[in-house]
Parts: sequence; C-alpha cells; structure tokens
Amino acid sequence: MPMVETRIPEGYTKVFTRPEALSDAQYTYCPGCHHGVITRLVAEALDELGIRGRTVGIAPVGCAVFLYRFFNCDFVQAAHGRACAVATGLKRANPDLVVFSYQGDGDLGAIGTAETVHAANRGENITVIFINNQIYGMTGGEMAPTTLPGQRTVTSPGGRDTRLMGYPLKVSEMLAQLDGPCYITRQSVHDARHVGLTRKAIVQAFRNQLEGKGFSLVEVLAACPTNFKMSPEQGNTWVVEKAMKAFPLGDLKGA
Amino acid sequence: MSRVLMRGNEAIAEAAIRAGCQCYFCYPITPQGELVEYMARELPARGGAFLQAESETAAINMVYGASAAGVRTMTSSSSPGISLKLEGISYMAGARLPGVIVNIMRGGPGLGNIAPAQGDYFQATKGGGHGDYRLIVLAPSSVQEAAELVMLAFDLSDRYRTPAMLLADGMLGQMMEPVELPDPIDPATIPGRPWALTGAVDRAPNVVLSFDLDPQGLKEMNKGLQRTYQEITERELRWEEVDTEDADLLIVAYGSMGRIAKSVVRSAREEGIKAGLVRPITLWPFPYARIRELSERVSTVLTAELSAGQMWEDVRLAVGDRAATPFFGELGGVVPTPRDVLSEVKRYANG
Ligand SMILES: Cc1ncc(C[n+]2csc(CCOP(=O)(O)OP(=O)(O)O)c2C)c(N)n1
Ligand code: SF4
Repeated sequence: MPMVETRIPEGYTKVFTRPEALSDAQYTYCPGCHHGVITRLVAEALDELGIRGRTVGIAPVGCAVFLYRFFNCDFVQAAHGRACAVATGLKRANPDLVVFSYQGDGDLGAIGTAETVHAANRGENITVIFINNQIYGMTGGEMAPTTLPGQRTVTSPGGRDTRLMGYPLKVSEMLAQLDGPCYITRQSVHDARHVGLTRKAIVQAFRNQLEGKGFSLVEVLAACPTNFKMSPEQGNTWVVEKAMKAFPLGDLKGA
Repeated sequence: MSRVLMRGNEAIAEAAIRAGCQCYFCYPITPQGELVEYMARELPARGGAFLQAESETAAINMVYGASAAGVRTMTSSSSPGISLKLEGISYMAGARLPGVIVNIMRGGPGLGNIAPAQGDYFQATKGGGHGDYRLIVLAPSSVQEAAELVMLAFDLSDRYRTPAMLLADGMLGQMMEPVELPDPIDPATIPGRPWALTGAVDRAPNVVLSFDLDPQGLKEMNKGLQRTYQEITERELRWEEVDTEDADLLIVAYGSMGRIAKSVVRSAREEGIKAGLVRPITLWPFPYARIRELSERVSTVLTAELSAGQMWEDVRLAVGDRAATPFFGELGGVVPTPRDVLSEVKRYANG
C-alpha cells in the first residue's frame, strides 16, 4: 500500500496536518475527485468529536471500497448496497459504537434502496454519508439512478432519455418525507465555503448519533472527472450548473 | 436440563437463546413462523436484540454487521428466503464471520409451497452463493436433535470462524415432541474475538472484509479457507448408524426422511430383511468414507430423500460401483409413509 511521507525541511513548521482519524495510506481516488475531499471531512469530524476510538466505518462497493485503508478506525466492507443493514446489525449488537456508512449513489440509491429507506424509517441511530456523483464511477461510468436527464454515460450513450430510463432519483427528498430520520441535508464541496458547510453538516450528523437522535444522512454532490471526461475545474462547474439544478442544496429535514 | 413439550421451531429458538445468541434478524416466512414469533417474544425480554428486517437480504446483512461487532447472532428462514440470503452467506464466509442460519425447508422451486421438502440440499452443501466457500450444514431428525444441533452450530461457527446452517424441513419445524433443553451456556466459554469491531483503542484498527484485488492475496485468503474446511472435514463429521453391522441393504437418509427410514429399518428387520441405516448429521462435511466402507459389505445402498435426488449424488460418489445405488424420492412437499419406503426396500431386497 503506497504511503505518503512528508519531510519537513529545517526552519519550516507544519501548519496543515492529516486528521488523526486518517491513516498514512494514499487515496486510490482519481486526481481531482470530490471523494478525496469528502473522505477527509469525515475524518476531521471524527477528530473534532474525539470519537475515532469508538467508531466503526462501513466501506461500500464503489470507488470508496478502499475506505478502510484511509481511516485509522475499525472498519467493515459491506456487500453492494447493504451498508445500512450492516450498520443496523453493528449498532443493535453494540449501541455504544459510533457507526457510519459512506456510499455512492449506485450503492445507496439503486441496489441498496430498500436497506437505506428502511434504516431511515426505523430511525436507526447511524450516520450516512451519501456521495451523489450522478454516475457509477468504479465500474466505468454507467448510468446511475441520479444521472441527469440528457446526461451521456456509457449505458445512456444518447443521453438519459427520461421516457425510457426515468428521472434522477431524489433520495434525500424521499427520505425527508419519513418520520424516522432526524437530519437529512444536501451539501456540496465545489468551493471552500461549501467545503466548510459540508464539514459542519457531517459533524452535526455524528453529533446527532452521539445524542441518540437517530438516522442522519448527509448527501454531498460530487463530480466524477474521469468518467465525465472533464478537468477537476470543469467538474466543479458541472456541480454548480447542472447537478445543483436537479438537486438543490440545503437541509431537507432537521438541522 | 428441563423436559418440555415443544414445537421444533420453538425448540430451535430457545436453544439459540441458551447458546448465547444476542441478536436475531428475520423476515417472516412459512413454515418457520413460530421461530420468529418465539424470538420476538423471548429475546428482548432476555437482554437480546430482535429485529424484523425489510427482507431476507437485509436480515443476513444485519447478521453480518452484528457478527462483525462480535456477538453471537442468527437468522432463520425457509427456502425462497434462503435464496436471498446467499449473497450475505458468501460474504460471511469470505470475511470469516461466524453466524447461524436456519433453513426450515419447503417445497420448491420458485414459490413452491409450504409443505416439508429437502430440495435445498444442493444449495446448502454445494455453495449456493458465489465463490469457493463451504457452509457447515447440520441436519436434525428430531426436535431434541434440532435443539442440540443449534447449540453445536454456534460452537462450530465460532471455533472455525465460518457460518453454519441448521437444515431442517417444515415437518420438523411444526412437529411437537418432548425435549430435554440443553442448559444455557456460560458466556465465558465463548471463544474470544480479538478481530471484532469494538473500537480501535490501544490497538491497530480491525478490518472485516471479504476481498483482495490482488490475485495472489486472494489466493492466500482462499487457501486459508480451504485449510479450515479441511480441518472441519477431519474433525467434525457426524452421522448415526442403525443396524449396519450385518446389513445387506443400506438406506442413506437425513432429517425427516432419516426419521422415516429408521422405522422402515425396524419393519424390514421384522420381515427378515437385513436392512441398515446411515443418517448423515453433518451434510457438509459428508461422511463419504464411512458410506464407502459400508458399501463394501452390502449389495444395495438406497438413498431416500424428499427431493429428486440431491444427496444421492454424494452417496454415489462414496459408493462408486461397489454396490447398487437406487434412489427413492418424493417431490413437491409430498411426504411418503414408512410403508411406501418399505415396499421400495422389499423390491431391492428381493432383488
Ligand atoms: C451485486 C453487485 N452488483 C454489481 C457490482 C458491480 N459494481 C461495483 S461498483 C458499482 C457501482 C458503483 O457506483 P456508485 O455506488 O455510484 O459509487 P462510485 O463508484 O460512483 O463512487 C457496481 C455496479 C457489484 N460489485 N456487486
Ligand atoms: S472514477 Fe470518478 S468517482 Fe471514482 S475515483 Fe475516479 S473520479 Fe472519483
């Protein structure tokens, strides 16, 4: 596993460090991918709340499958889409654990829809980080349930035709209708201000769990520069100009 | 020990609680409804967690999570529900997570019916889910044995860090019999789980996973599994024999069919036919060697099942051409009478 080593030249002081909750392992994400920023924000939240030692993370199937390598806490890798059921098992077995899942839109909103909806509806006391990049990153850019109308992917080469392929699935809006969840919010990391807001939302989602308030989900809009065939900069623009139109930012339930 | 009259499904549930099962996850399906109801009533009252999941897929993944957290955990279902659990069972095998799965089999394929059947033998013993894994499969033939084997399933599953299945059918689940319930175990006797996810304090993080993208790495992981399976095969074979010493016709049958076959051996002996029975208790590992040994001394090895002949394949593997290997089976949830089986035995005995 590639490690990053930083040597500090004499006369210099380190002012920006890795969160303690992150390991020394190098990310496997593509350069410019929003996954990297969001992963770090989760680690920062664990540091801020001082909960690394009682946290169990759940890695999905998707580009974040190696999440267990990046973190310095106990971890389990779940079958595609089943993270919320695995989280339920962990939490019911040991309610003292802090349990979070980190899932893509295919994982959470297609194959794992039932597990997600029912964990939310039970008000399961867990934290879910939901990365909505409108595509299947890991498998090579296929259409996701969140893919925008007209968006070209390898399985919607002519653009998503809503008559045949339906509409972008508004998972957070759906979950916000339920009585079970305590906090559902949609954020983005396309600029520094929004990175700060996302960080705050993630901390809140963990705080809710510590206070026993139940199911919290932070959806984060993201770009997949590799499969969008865009530069990271164009990815940011895509999030602002396209993704946010279909998926407006803000708190959908609680705060 | 306490002797009570209990339904199979209830005895299985009670024995699981006495084995220290702390978390039970389920989705309702007939003919194992009483097991679910018993757990819903009893487990929370005795300090455990009961949860009715949204599907069998979710239930087995809850077992996966609870097991990763380090507790004894179980799920139960019947045939169509077990099909949905196979993904999770394969993941548990790969991730080396213990846990017990109960299958109270019914008629299949598809929705089938709710009558007793043994059509899930292949599914249970030959993988079912994907990848090179094995499942410890225990097949009781009485309510008493069901209770004992549930406890054994938890022990073996913990000892070898691999999931174990109790494979019974609707007849055993529904029938009422007197049972001597095993005493509750002392939780201190459960093997420690240093690998469990309990929070990384004063130790390196623990990680539970079933994958390795590096083929050499995955090969090593698989070799580890195969070593475990070898060890289980060498140490954990279990079967029962009835009148095999001087038998000329051997019946091989398990579970409910094994129970019927036992009475058939008795009636056959009364009619002067030298019949004997081998009743496998572990279906995986399968007692090939013993059946092979006995096949040297008999003319016929008759396999009887509530299926079209699934265990029959293993019996034929064991016997080869050392004896004739006919088959008797019933399909679709029809249960044969001992008389049906006896007339089959007579047919081969009179050659
Ligand atoms: C049962 C099953 N079906 C399909 C796959 C293949 N698969 C791996 S990742 C993935 C989609 C991932 O997309 P997403 O959840 O959006 O995450 P991303 O990679 O974009 O972060 C699929 C379909 C699988 N591993 N398991
Ligand atoms: S494929 Fe896309 S989502 Fe996956 S790491 Fe690369 S840029 Fe990120």
